[in-house]
Amino acid sequence: MRQMIALARQSARELMRSWWTACYGFFFMLLASALFAFGEEPAQAVVSVLDLVLLVVPFVSIVMGVLSFYTSREFAELLLAQPVARATVFFGQYLGSSVSLAAAFALGLGAPFAWYGWNAREQSGTLAVLLLGGIFLTFIFVAFAYAIAVRTENRLKALGAAIFLWLFLALVYDGLLLGVIMAFSSYPLEKPLLGLIALNPLDVARILILLRLDVAALMGYTGAVFKQFFGSSLGLGVASVCLTAWVVLPLAVGAKAYARRDF
Amino acid sequence: MVEATNLKKRFGSITALDGITLAIKPGKITSVVGPNAAGKSTFLRCIVGLVYPDSGEIRIAGLDISRDWRCRRQLGYVPQSARFPEGLSARELFALVCDIRGVASGNSKELVDLFGLEEALDRPVRQLSGGTRQKLSIVLATMFDPEILVMDEPTAGLDPLSSQRQKRWLERERARGKTILLASHIIAEVEELSDRVIFLLDGRVYFDGAPGEATRLTGQPTLERAIAAMMEQQRW
Repeated sequence: MRQMIALARQSARELMRSWWTACYGFFFMLLASALFAFGEEPAQAVVSVLDLVLLVVPFVSIVMGVLSFYTSREFAELLLAQPVARATVFFGQYLGSSVSLAAAFALGLGAPFAWYGWNAREQSGTLAVLLLGGIFLTFIFVAFAYAIAVRTENRLKALGAAIFLWLFLALVYDGLLLGVIMAFSSYPLEKPLLGLIALNPLDVARILILLRLDVAALMGYTGAVFKQFFGSSLGLGVASVCLTAWVVLPLAVGAKAYARRDF
Repeated sequence: MVEATNLKKRFGSITALDGITLAIKPGKITSVVGPNAAGKSTFLRCIVGLVYPDSGEIRIAGLDISRDWRCRRQLGYVPQSARFPEGLSARELFALVCDIRGVASGNSKELVDLFGLEEALDRPVRQLSGGTRQKLSIVLATMFDPEILVMDEPTAGLDPLSSQRQKRWLERERARGKTILLASHIIAEVEELSDRVIFLLDGRVYFDGAPGEATRLTGQPTLERAIAAMMEQQRW
Protein backbone atom coordinates (compact mmCIF):
# COMPACT_ATOMS: atom_id res chain seq x y z
CA MET A 1 0.00 0.00 0.00
CA ARG A 2 2.81 2.39 0.95
CA GLN A 3 4.50 1.56 -2.36
CA MET A 4 1.27 2.15 -4.25
CA ILE A 5 0.84 5.57 -2.65
CA ALA A 6 4.42 6.52 -3.50
CA LEU A 7 3.80 5.56 -7.12
CA ALA A 8 0.43 7.30 -7.22
CA ARG A 9 2.01 10.48 -5.85
CA GLN A 10 4.66 10.37 -8.53
CA SER A 11 2.16 9.86 -11.34
CA ALA A 12 -0.15 12.56 -9.93
CA ARG A 13 2.77 14.97 -9.65
CA GLU A 14 3.53 14.54 -13.35
CA LEU A 15 -0.07 15.32 -14.27
CA MET A 16 -0.44 18.17 -11.79
CA ARG A 17 2.62 19.85 -13.25
CA SER A 18 1.10 19.54 -16.68
CA TRP A 19 -0.35 22.68 -18.10
CA TRP A 20 -3.20 20.71 -19.63
CA THR A 21 -4.54 19.53 -16.30
CA ALA A 22 -4.73 23.11 -15.07
CA CYS A 23 -6.48 24.14 -18.30
CA TYR A 24 -8.95 21.32 -17.82
CA GLY A 25 -9.90 22.46 -14.31
CA PHE A 26 -9.98 26.07 -15.42
CA PHE A 27 -12.27 25.18 -18.32
CA PHE A 28 -14.94 23.88 -15.95
CA MET A 29 -14.49 26.86 -13.70
CA LEU A 30 -15.05 29.30 -16.56
CA LEU A 31 -17.89 27.27 -18.00
CA ALA A 32 -19.85 26.99 -14.79
CA SER A 33 -19.17 30.65 -13.91
CA ALA A 34 -20.37 31.82 -17.30
CA LEU A 35 -23.51 29.75 -17.11
CA PHE A 36 -24.32 31.07 -13.68
CA ALA A 37 -23.51 34.64 -14.58
CA PHE A 38 -25.62 34.67 -17.73
CA GLY A 39 -28.20 31.96 -17.13
CA GLU A 40 -31.46 32.85 -15.50
CA GLU A 41 -31.85 29.82 -13.36
CA PRO A 42 -29.20 27.69 -11.76
CA ALA A 43 -31.18 24.57 -12.73
CA GLN A 44 -30.78 25.39 -16.40
CA ALA A 45 -27.12 26.04 -15.83
CA VAL A 46 -26.82 22.61 -14.32
CA VAL A 47 -28.39 20.92 -17.34
CA SER A 48 -26.05 22.73 -19.72
CA VAL A 49 -23.07 21.86 -17.58
CA LEU A 50 -24.25 18.26 -17.52
CA ASP A 51 -24.05 17.95 -21.31
CA LEU A 52 -20.52 19.26 -21.33
CA VAL A 53 -19.47 17.10 -18.41
CA LEU A 54 -20.74 14.02 -20.22
CA LEU A 55 -18.82 14.96 -23.35
CA VAL A 56 -15.62 16.55 -22.07
CA VAL A 57 -14.81 14.52 -18.95
CA PRO A 58 -14.69 11.14 -20.74
CA PHE A 59 -12.73 12.58 -23.64
CA VAL A 60 -10.10 14.34 -21.57
CA SER A 61 -9.85 11.40 -19.16
CA ILE A 62 -9.27 8.82 -21.86
CA VAL A 63 -6.80 10.96 -23.81
CA MET A 64 -4.84 12.13 -20.75
CA GLY A 65 -4.99 8.58 -19.40
CA VAL A 66 -3.33 7.20 -22.53
CA LEU A 67 -0.74 9.99 -22.61
CA SER A 68 0.18 9.66 -18.96
CA PHE A 69 0.46 5.88 -19.31
CA TYR A 70 3.00 6.27 -22.12
CA THR A 71 4.90 8.94 -20.22
CA SER A 72 5.37 6.58 -17.30
CA ARG A 73 5.88 3.61 -19.62
CA GLU A 74 9.17 5.19 -20.61
CA PHE A 75 10.66 4.79 -17.17
CA ALA A 76 8.81 1.58 -16.32
CA GLU A 77 12.19 -0.20 -16.31
CA LEU A 78 13.33 1.95 -13.44
CA LEU A 79 10.24 1.16 -11.37
CA LEU A 80 9.84 -2.50 -12.29
CA ALA A 81 13.48 -3.25 -11.44
CA GLN A 82 12.64 -2.23 -7.85
CA PRO A 83 11.30 -4.72 -5.33
CA VAL A 84 7.66 -4.02 -6.11
CA ALA A 85 4.86 -6.11 -7.61
CA ARG A 86 3.79 -5.17 -11.11
CA ALA A 87 0.18 -4.81 -10.01
CA THR A 88 1.29 -2.22 -7.45
CA VAL A 89 3.00 -0.16 -10.16
CA PHE A 90 -0.04 -0.44 -12.42
CA PHE A 91 -2.64 0.49 -9.80
CA GLY A 92 -0.42 3.17 -8.29
CA GLN A 93 -0.04 4.95 -11.60
CA TYR A 94 -3.71 4.52 -12.39
CA LEU A 95 -4.71 6.03 -9.06
CA GLY A 96 -2.33 8.95 -9.54
CA SER A 97 -3.69 9.74 -13.01
CA SER A 98 -7.37 9.40 -12.16
CA VAL A 99 -7.26 11.15 -8.80
CA SER A 100 -5.46 14.18 -10.20
CA LEU A 101 -7.84 14.48 -13.16
CA ALA A 102 -10.86 14.00 -10.90
CA ALA A 103 -9.48 16.64 -8.53
CA ALA A 104 -8.99 19.14 -11.38
CA PHE A 105 -12.56 18.52 -12.52
CA ALA A 106 -14.11 18.68 -9.05
CA LEU A 107 -12.24 21.82 -8.02
CA GLY A 108 -12.93 23.52 -11.34
CA LEU A 109 -16.62 22.77 -11.31
CA GLY A 110 -17.13 23.02 -7.58
CA ALA A 111 -15.67 26.50 -7.14
CA PRO A 112 -18.27 28.50 -9.13
CA PHE A 113 -21.05 26.34 -7.75
CA ALA A 114 -19.91 27.21 -4.28
CA TRP A 115 -19.71 30.86 -5.24
CA TYR A 116 -23.02 31.29 -7.06
CA GLY A 117 -25.27 28.48 -6.10
CA TRP A 118 -24.54 27.73 -2.53
CA ASN A 119 -27.43 29.66 -1.05
CA ALA A 120 -29.89 27.58 -3.05
CA ARG A 121 -29.84 24.59 -0.75
CA GLU A 122 -31.48 22.17 -3.12
CA GLN A 123 -28.74 22.85 -5.63
CA SER A 124 -26.06 21.37 -3.44
CA GLY A 125 -27.58 17.92 -3.86
CA THR A 126 -27.54 18.39 -7.62
CA LEU A 127 -23.95 19.55 -7.50
CA ALA A 128 -23.06 16.50 -5.46
CA VAL A 129 -24.60 14.15 -7.99
CA LEU A 130 -22.97 16.04 -10.87
CA LEU A 131 -19.59 15.80 -9.19
CA LEU A 132 -20.15 12.14 -8.38
CA GLY A 133 -21.07 11.40 -12.00
CA GLY A 134 -18.03 13.30 -13.33
CA ILE A 135 -15.66 11.63 -10.90
CA PHE A 136 -17.03 8.19 -11.76
CA LEU A 137 -16.59 8.97 -15.45
CA THR A 138 -13.00 10.09 -14.82
CA PHE A 139 -12.12 6.82 -13.09
CA ILE A 140 -13.93 4.79 -15.76
CA PHE A 141 -12.33 6.45 -18.76
CA VAL A 142 -8.82 6.53 -17.30
CA ALA A 143 -9.32 2.79 -16.69
CA PHE A 144 -10.32 2.36 -20.35
CA ALA A 145 -7.24 4.35 -21.34
CA TYR A 146 -4.93 2.13 -19.28
CA ALA A 147 -6.56 -1.07 -20.57
CA ILE A 148 -6.00 0.10 -24.15
CA ALA A 149 -2.49 1.50 -23.66
CA VAL A 150 -1.11 -1.59 -21.88
CA ARG A 151 -1.87 -3.72 -24.90
CA THR A 152 -0.66 -1.31 -27.55
CA GLU A 153 3.02 -0.66 -28.18
CA ASN A 154 2.33 2.33 -30.43
CA ARG A 155 1.14 5.50 -28.74
CA LEU A 156 -0.74 6.81 -31.78
CA LYS A 157 -2.62 3.56 -32.27
CA ALA A 158 -3.63 3.60 -28.61
CA LEU A 159 -4.81 7.22 -28.92
CA GLY A 160 -6.78 6.29 -32.01
CA ALA A 161 -8.44 3.37 -30.26
CA ALA A 162 -9.19 5.53 -27.21
CA ILE A 163 -10.82 8.27 -29.26
CA PHE A 164 -12.79 5.68 -31.21
CA LEU A 165 -14.10 4.16 -27.97
CA TRP A 166 -15.06 7.61 -26.68
CA LEU A 167 -16.82 8.45 -29.94
CA PHE A 168 -18.66 5.15 -29.85
CA LEU A 169 -19.87 5.49 -26.27
CA ALA A 170 -20.59 9.23 -26.41
CA LEU A 171 -22.31 9.42 -29.79
CA VAL A 172 -22.71 6.21 -31.78
CA TYR A 173 -24.12 4.06 -29.00
CA ASP A 174 -27.17 6.23 -28.43
CA GLY A 175 -27.84 6.30 -32.15
CA LEU A 176 -27.80 2.52 -32.23
CA LEU A 177 -30.02 2.45 -29.18
CA LEU A 178 -32.53 4.70 -30.92
CA GLY A 179 -32.43 2.37 -33.90
CA VAL A 180 -33.26 -0.56 -31.66
CA ILE A 181 -36.11 1.35 -30.05
CA MET A 182 -37.54 2.25 -33.47
CA ALA A 183 -37.15 -1.24 -34.86
CA PHE A 184 -38.87 -2.87 -31.90
CA SER A 185 -41.31 -0.10 -31.14
CA SER A 186 -44.25 -2.46 -30.95
CA TYR A 187 -42.69 -4.50 -28.14
CA PRO A 188 -42.39 -3.63 -24.46
CA LEU A 189 -38.77 -2.52 -24.40
CA GLU A 190 -38.27 -0.97 -20.99
CA LYS A 191 -36.50 -3.87 -19.37
CA PRO A 192 -34.13 -4.81 -22.21
CA LEU A 193 -33.45 -1.09 -22.56
CA LEU A 194 -32.36 -0.89 -18.94
CA GLY A 195 -29.90 -3.67 -19.70
CA LEU A 196 -28.60 -1.95 -22.84
CA ILE A 197 -28.12 1.28 -20.95
CA ALA A 198 -26.13 -0.49 -18.26
CA LEU A 199 -23.71 -1.49 -21.03
CA ASN A 200 -22.75 2.13 -21.59
CA PRO A 201 -21.31 3.87 -18.51
CA LEU A 202 -22.01 7.27 -20.07
CA ASP A 203 -25.72 6.52 -20.26
CA VAL A 204 -25.80 5.30 -16.69
CA ALA A 205 -24.11 8.49 -15.50
CA ARG A 206 -26.44 10.66 -17.59
CA ILE A 207 -29.59 9.05 -16.24
CA LEU A 208 -28.32 9.18 -12.71
CA ILE A 209 -27.83 12.93 -12.97
CA LEU A 210 -30.95 13.70 -15.01
CA LEU A 211 -33.19 11.91 -12.57
CA ARG A 212 -31.78 13.92 -9.76
CA LEU A 213 -32.61 17.07 -11.72
CA ASP A 214 -36.19 15.87 -11.98
CA VAL A 215 -36.46 16.39 -15.69
CA ALA A 216 -37.32 12.73 -16.18
CA ALA A 217 -40.81 13.86 -17.21
CA LEU A 218 -39.23 15.12 -20.42
CA MET A 219 -38.26 11.58 -21.27
CA GLY A 220 -41.85 10.40 -21.69
CA TYR A 221 -43.01 6.93 -20.81
CA THR A 222 -39.52 5.45 -20.81
CA GLY A 223 -38.50 8.27 -18.53
CA ALA A 224 -41.24 7.28 -16.15
CA VAL A 225 -39.98 3.70 -16.13
CA PHE A 226 -36.46 4.90 -15.45
CA LYS A 227 -37.63 7.26 -12.80
CA GLN A 228 -39.48 4.43 -11.17
CA PHE A 229 -36.38 2.29 -11.34
CA PHE A 230 -33.44 4.68 -10.98
CA GLY A 231 -35.28 7.16 -8.79
CA SER A 232 -35.66 4.64 -6.03
CA SER A 233 -32.80 3.99 -3.68
CA LEU A 234 -32.55 0.56 -5.28
CA GLY A 235 -32.04 2.19 -8.68
CA LEU A 236 -29.40 4.52 -7.27
CA GLY A 237 -27.62 1.54 -5.76
CA VAL A 238 -27.81 -0.44 -8.99
CA ALA A 239 -26.48 2.53 -10.99
CA SER A 240 -23.56 2.97 -8.58
CA VAL A 241 -22.74 -0.74 -8.69
CA CYS A 242 -22.92 -0.57 -12.46
CA LEU A 243 -20.54 2.39 -12.63
CA THR A 244 -18.17 0.73 -10.16
CA ALA A 245 -18.19 -2.38 -12.33
CA TRP A 246 -17.19 -0.17 -15.25
CA VAL A 247 -14.16 0.99 -13.28
CA VAL A 248 -13.18 -2.49 -12.11
CA LEU A 249 -13.67 -4.36 -15.38
CA PRO A 250 -11.26 -2.47 -17.68
CA LEU A 251 -8.84 -2.09 -14.80
CA ALA A 252 -8.74 -5.84 -14.22
CA VAL A 253 -8.20 -6.44 -17.94
CA GLY A 254 -5.39 -3.87 -17.96
CA ALA A 255 -3.70 -5.18 -14.81
CA LYS A 256 -3.71 -8.70 -16.17
CA ALA A 257 -2.07 -7.61 -19.42
CA TYR A 258 0.43 -5.46 -17.49
CA ALA A 259 1.43 -8.42 -15.32
CA ARG A 260 2.19 -10.54 -18.37
CA ARG A 261 3.84 -8.17 -20.77
CA ASP A 262 7.55 -7.70 -21.40
CA PHE A 263 9.35 -4.44 -20.72
CA MET B 1 23.77 -16.63 -6.73
CA VAL B 2 21.68 -16.36 -9.89
CA GLU B 3 20.55 -19.52 -11.63
CA ALA B 4 18.95 -19.68 -15.06
CA THR B 5 17.53 -22.98 -16.23
CA ASN B 6 16.71 -23.71 -19.86
CA LEU B 7 15.55 -20.16 -20.69
CA LYS B 8 13.68 -19.77 -23.94
CA LYS B 9 12.23 -16.59 -25.35
CA ARG B 10 10.86 -15.68 -28.74
CA PHE B 11 9.72 -12.28 -29.98
CA GLY B 12 7.44 -13.09 -32.88
CA SER B 13 9.57 -15.03 -35.33
CA ILE B 14 12.87 -14.05 -33.70
CA THR B 15 14.42 -16.42 -31.19
CA ALA B 16 16.14 -14.30 -28.56
CA LEU B 17 17.02 -17.06 -26.08
CA ASP B 18 17.20 -20.69 -27.09
CA GLY B 19 17.67 -22.82 -24.00
CA ILE B 20 20.13 -21.02 -21.74
CA THR B 21 21.26 -22.69 -18.53
CA LEU B 22 23.76 -20.80 -16.40
CA ALA B 23 24.72 -20.20 -12.81
CA ILE B 24 26.25 -16.81 -12.00
CA LYS B 25 28.41 -17.01 -8.92
CA PRO B 26 29.09 -14.46 -6.20
CA GLY B 27 32.46 -12.78 -5.86
CA LYS B 28 32.99 -12.83 -9.60
CA ILE B 29 32.48 -10.50 -12.51
CA THR B 30 30.68 -12.36 -15.29
CA SER B 31 30.34 -10.73 -18.69
CA VAL B 32 27.91 -11.58 -21.44
CA VAL B 33 29.23 -10.77 -24.90
CA GLY B 34 27.99 -11.44 -28.39
CA PRO B 35 27.03 -9.74 -31.64
CA ASN B 36 24.06 -7.39 -31.83
CA ALA B 37 20.75 -9.15 -31.27
CA ALA B 38 22.48 -12.18 -29.76
CA GLY B 39 20.13 -12.07 -26.77
CA LYS B 40 22.41 -10.33 -24.24
CA SER B 41 19.92 -7.68 -23.14
CA THR B 42 17.01 -10.13 -23.19
CA PHE B 43 18.96 -12.45 -20.90
CA LEU B 44 19.67 -9.62 -18.46
CA ARG B 45 16.08 -8.39 -18.57
CA CYS B 46 14.84 -11.91 -17.82
CA ILE B 47 17.04 -11.99 -14.73
CA VAL B 48 15.62 -8.70 -13.50
CA GLY B 49 12.07 -9.86 -14.27
CA LEU B 50 11.31 -7.25 -16.93
CA VAL B 51 10.91 -9.92 -19.59
CA TYR B 52 9.27 -13.24 -18.85
CA PRO B 53 10.81 -16.24 -20.58
CA ASP B 54 8.45 -18.48 -22.59
CA SER B 55 9.86 -21.41 -20.68
CA GLY B 56 12.55 -22.09 -18.12
CA GLU B 57 13.04 -20.27 -14.85
CA ILE B 58 15.31 -17.88 -13.01
CA ARG B 59 16.13 -18.22 -9.35
CA ILE B 60 17.77 -15.57 -7.26
CA ALA B 61 19.03 -16.92 -3.96
CA GLY B 62 16.70 -19.86 -4.56
CA LEU B 63 13.54 -17.77 -5.20
CA ASP B 64 11.73 -17.68 -8.54
CA ILE B 65 11.90 -14.08 -9.86
CA SER B 66 8.63 -14.38 -11.79
CA ARG B 67 6.73 -15.34 -8.64
CA ASP B 68 8.40 -13.36 -5.93
CA TRP B 69 9.14 -9.69 -6.48
CA ARG B 70 10.94 -9.57 -3.13
CA CYS B 71 13.97 -11.13 -4.86
CA ARG B 72 14.62 -7.73 -6.36
CA ARG B 73 15.55 -6.36 -2.94
CA GLN B 74 18.95 -7.94 -3.53
CA LEU B 75 19.23 -6.72 -7.07
CA GLY B 76 20.46 -3.56 -8.75
CA TYR B 77 19.89 -3.05 -12.47
CA VAL B 78 21.45 -0.59 -14.89
CA PRO B 79 19.47 -0.63 -18.16
CA GLN B 80 21.05 -0.06 -21.54
CA SER B 81 19.56 3.39 -21.92
CA ALA B 82 18.17 4.82 -18.73
CA ARG B 83 14.97 6.82 -18.79
CA PHE B 84 13.59 8.81 -15.90
CA PRO B 85 10.58 10.99 -15.11
CA GLU B 86 11.86 14.06 -16.91
CA GLY B 87 10.53 16.67 -14.55
CA LEU B 88 12.23 15.28 -11.45
CA SER B 89 15.68 16.13 -10.21
CA ALA B 90 18.14 13.40 -9.27
CA ARG B 91 17.52 14.08 -5.60
CA GLU B 92 13.75 13.67 -6.08
CA LEU B 93 14.41 10.45 -7.98
CA PHE B 94 16.47 9.09 -5.09
CA ALA B 95 13.61 9.98 -2.75
CA LEU B 96 11.05 8.29 -5.02
CA VAL B 97 13.03 5.06 -5.18
CA CYS B 98 13.58 5.16 -1.39
CA ASP B 99 9.81 5.61 -0.99
CA ILE B 100 9.06 2.63 -3.20
CA ARG B 101 11.59 0.50 -1.37
CA GLY B 102 10.30 1.68 1.97
CA VAL B 103 13.68 2.81 3.28
CA ALA B 104 14.53 6.19 4.75
CA SER B 105 17.59 6.69 2.57
CA GLY B 106 20.17 4.86 0.52
CA ASN B 107 23.89 5.39 0.24
CA SER B 108 24.21 7.44 -2.90
CA LYS B 109 27.11 9.51 -1.62
CA GLU B 110 29.97 7.19 -2.55
CA LEU B 111 29.10 7.00 -6.25
CA VAL B 112 27.92 10.59 -6.47
CA ASP B 113 31.39 11.58 -5.26
CA LEU B 114 33.07 9.04 -7.50
CA PHE B 115 31.35 10.44 -10.60
CA GLY B 116 31.41 14.06 -9.44
CA LEU B 117 27.62 14.26 -9.74
CA GLU B 118 27.02 16.58 -6.79
CA GLU B 119 26.16 19.69 -8.76
CA ALA B 120 23.85 17.86 -11.18
CA LEU B 121 21.67 16.56 -8.36
CA ASP B 122 19.24 19.45 -8.21
CA ARG B 123 18.73 19.96 -11.93
CA PRO B 124 15.73 18.38 -13.66
CA VAL B 125 16.69 15.16 -15.41
CA ARG B 126 15.67 16.54 -18.79
CA GLN B 127 18.59 18.97 -18.64
CA LEU B 128 21.20 16.24 -18.04
CA SER B 129 23.47 14.87 -20.75
CA GLY B 130 23.42 11.21 -21.80
CA GLY B 131 26.57 10.42 -19.83
CA THR B 132 25.27 12.10 -16.68
CA ARG B 133 22.03 10.14 -16.95
CA GLN B 134 24.03 6.97 -17.25
CA LYS B 135 25.94 7.87 -14.08
CA LEU B 136 22.67 8.62 -12.35
CA SER B 137 21.33 5.25 -13.43
CA ILE B 138 24.40 3.54 -11.92
CA VAL B 139 23.98 5.45 -8.65
CA LEU B 140 20.29 4.43 -8.49
CA ALA B 141 21.15 0.77 -9.06
CA THR B 142 23.86 0.69 -6.42
CA MET B 143 22.66 2.99 -3.65
CA PHE B 144 20.95 0.17 -1.72
CA ASP B 145 24.08 -1.97 -1.71
CA PRO B 146 22.52 -4.90 -3.61
CA GLU B 147 24.12 -8.34 -3.49
CA ILE B 148 23.61 -8.76 -7.23
CA LEU B 149 24.42 -6.14 -9.85
CA VAL B 150 23.07 -6.53 -13.38
CA MET B 151 24.49 -3.94 -15.76
CA ASP B 152 23.70 -3.58 -19.44
CA GLU B 153 26.53 -1.69 -21.16
CA PRO B 154 27.43 0.21 -17.97
CA THR B 155 30.25 2.26 -19.50
CA ALA B 156 28.31 3.38 -22.56
CA GLY B 157 28.39 7.15 -22.78
CA LEU B 158 30.85 7.57 -19.90
CA ASP B 159 34.00 9.66 -20.26
CA PRO B 160 37.29 7.74 -19.90
CA LEU B 161 37.90 8.95 -16.35
CA SER B 162 34.45 7.97 -15.08
CA SER B 163 34.71 4.69 -16.94
CA GLN B 164 38.03 3.92 -15.21
CA ARG B 165 36.68 4.90 -11.83
CA GLN B 166 33.68 2.69 -12.32
CA LYS B 167 35.83 -0.28 -13.22
CA ARG B 168 37.94 0.16 -10.09
CA TRP B 169 34.75 0.44 -8.07
CA LEU B 170 33.40 -2.78 -9.64
CA GLU B 171 36.61 -4.57 -8.70
CA ARG B 172 36.19 -3.45 -5.11
CA GLU B 173 32.60 -4.69 -5.10
CA ARG B 174 33.76 -8.03 -6.44
CA ALA B 175 36.25 -8.23 -3.59
CA ARG B 176 33.32 -7.64 -1.22
CA GLY B 177 31.70 -10.79 -2.60
CA LYS B 178 29.07 -9.24 -4.89
CA THR B 179 27.62 -11.09 -7.84
CA ILE B 180 28.24 -8.90 -10.87
CA LEU B 181 26.78 -9.57 -14.30
CA LEU B 182 27.62 -7.28 -17.21
CA ALA B 183 26.66 -7.15 -20.85
CA SER B 184 29.10 -5.32 -23.03
CA HIS B 185 30.32 -5.06 -26.57
CA ILE B 186 33.60 -3.43 -25.58
CA ILE B 187 35.66 -6.59 -25.45
CA ALA B 188 38.85 -4.94 -24.18
CA GLU B 189 36.91 -3.80 -21.14
CA VAL B 190 35.45 -7.26 -20.64
CA GLU B 191 38.90 -8.79 -20.84
CA GLU B 192 40.24 -6.32 -18.30
CA LEU B 193 37.47 -6.90 -15.75
CA SER B 194 35.90 -10.31 -16.10
CA ASP B 195 36.55 -13.57 -14.35
CA ARG B 196 34.24 -15.32 -16.72
CA VAL B 197 33.01 -14.60 -20.23
CA ILE B 198 29.78 -15.95 -21.68
CA PHE B 199 29.61 -15.66 -25.44
CA LEU B 200 26.04 -15.73 -26.71
CA LEU B 201 25.24 -16.40 -30.32
CA ASP B 202 21.70 -16.75 -31.70
CA GLY B 203 20.33 -17.10 -28.19
CA ARG B 204 22.66 -19.93 -27.18
CA VAL B 205 25.77 -20.14 -25.02
CA TYR B 206 28.56 -20.60 -27.52
CA PHE B 207 31.44 -20.24 -25.11
CA ASP B 208 31.58 -20.10 -21.33
CA GLY B 209 34.88 -19.75 -19.52
CA ALA B 210 37.69 -17.49 -18.38
CA PRO B 211 38.97 -14.90 -20.89
CA GLY B 212 42.34 -16.69 -20.91
CA GLU B 213 40.66 -19.91 -21.91
CA ALA B 214 39.06 -18.27 -24.94
CA THR B 215 42.37 -16.96 -26.19
CA ARG B 216 44.10 -20.29 -25.56
CA LEU B 217 41.40 -22.30 -27.35
CA THR B 218 41.43 -20.11 -30.44
CA GLY B 219 45.17 -19.42 -30.38
CA GLN B 220 44.55 -15.67 -30.55
CA PRO B 221 46.49 -13.02 -28.62
CA THR B 222 43.48 -11.05 -27.31
CA LEU B 223 39.93 -11.80 -26.25
CA GLU B 224 38.61 -9.53 -28.97
CA ARG B 225 40.36 -11.56 -31.64
CA ALA B 226 39.31 -14.79 -29.97
CA ILE B 227 35.66 -13.74 -30.03
CA ALA B 228 35.96 -12.61 -33.64
CA ALA B 229 37.54 -15.95 -34.52
CA MET B 230 34.67 -17.79 -32.85
CA MET B 231 32.13 -15.71 -34.76
CA GLU B 232 33.86 -16.47 -38.05
CA GLN B 233 34.09 -20.12 -37.22
CA GLN B 234 30.36 -20.13 -36.58
CA ARG B 235 29.68 -18.50 -39.92
CA TRP B 236 31.39 -21.30 -41.78
